[in-house]
Amino acid sequence: MTLVDRLPTTTRGRTLALAGGATTWLAALWLNSWIWDRLLYDVGHLDPAARVSGALNFFLQDTVKIALLLVGIIFVVTVLRSYLSIERTRALLGGRREGVGNVVAAGLGVATPFCSCSAVPAFIGFVAAGVPTGVTLSFLIASPLVNEVAVALLWSMFGWRIAGLYIAAGLVVAIGAGWLLGRLGAQRWVESFVFETRLGGALVDDTAHLTFGERIELGAEEVGTILRKIWPYLLVGIGIGAVIHGWAPADLITRYAGQATVLAVPFAVAIGVPLYSNAAGIMPLVQALHDKGLPMGTLLAFMMSVVALSLPELVLLRRVLKPQLLGAFVAVVALAIIGVGYLFNALLG
Amino acid sequence: MIIKVLGPGCANCAALERVTREAVTDLGLDATIEKVTDFAAIAGYGVMRTPALVVDEKLVMAGRVPTASHLRELLQRDAS
Repeated sequence: MTLVDRLPTTTRGRTLALAGGATTWLAALWLNSWIWDRLLYDVGHLDPAARVSGALNFFLQDTVKIALLLVGIIFVVTVLRSYLSIERTRALLGGRREGVGNVVAAGLGVATPFCSCSAVPAFIGFVAAGVPTGVTLSFLIASPLVNEVAVALLWSMFGWRIAGLYIAAGLVVAIGAGWLLGRLGAQRWVESFVFETRLGGALVDDTAHLTFGERIELGAEEVGTILRKIWPYLLVGIGIGAVIHGWAPADLITRYAGQATVLAVPFAVAIGVPLYSNAAGIMPLVQALHDKGLPMGTLLAFMMSVVALSLPELVLLRRVLKPQLLGAFVAVVALAIIGVGYLFNALLG
Repeated sequence: MIIKVLGPGCANCAALERVTREAVTDLGLDATIEKVTDFAAIAGYGVMRTPALVVDEKLVMAGRVPTASHLRELLQRDAS
């Protein structure tokens, strides 16, 4: 018996559960830092000035805050996204030309419910249905890059301006990289079986006729699925963040990575690309490094390179993309992210 | 009946195979369960989201691991 099977089944019961959940969520978020301060310093009699207790407090507060934000945001975004599906997205993209198609694809990449584990069947489905390769790539780049977890965490930690800039930058990277790859003739380097695949069978669009109650169920399911998947990354990320918060001397970090060194952005991206984590695991680190004085553009470029390019996804994509295109894909996306990093540093510095 | 679990071998695909086996046992269905991992074959069913479930060559669900009760419903509908 899973959580979803235990949800109330009447409309009234569901409305009450939803309202109760929302209230509890808000109250918990509101009281989080106050509770840990009381528990650690008043009940536990720890010294607020000591490094260990500072790091411990950072770890506990951040863990609870991030967990709460993730639950709330994943739930809301999943319910909203359930009105769109990959099948409908493909119908919307069919027949689009490059250029406009790239823009639409990047936008739909953000709005469509999609897991990068389905990157290959989605790629085949798009390309075999006549969506240009570059347009398909715009979709596949935007989807992990501008994800709800990243945007929500940025918003909560740095405000809506940074979150908005991140969304805009992510879209620019996806549109630009997809368009450029299309111009470079990406089509040539797609494994030929993709074009030979005949799409058979009736497409199920089983999200089209869901009731609101079923969409709520989907949201609850998705929260469980994502949290189960990311909690180890999250704890490690927050742990490292706490150590940096408590011990790493700010001047040392900024001297090596933060100063107006031109190479800081490419360096951050070079570290970020092979690093396999996700927005939730990277965010606490980004926040801790930002507190120590690293410029935002460098940090966002780092984060983008972690979430946009991951080795497991590249291994999957190798099934449909020839090595040349895979190489071009990594290079173009990495360059676009570096460009965005410089731009942010210039705009915000 | 022949049930096919479509998916390249991701964690969710393994989960779908497990819950499908459980549901088949629970319902006492006479069914063979096969795995389809080839991408071209998966795309051939019109699937763009894995994992997916095909019952007697008909696609019944794609893109998620259903709850036990939902899955039993799907299989019962197709068995009758």
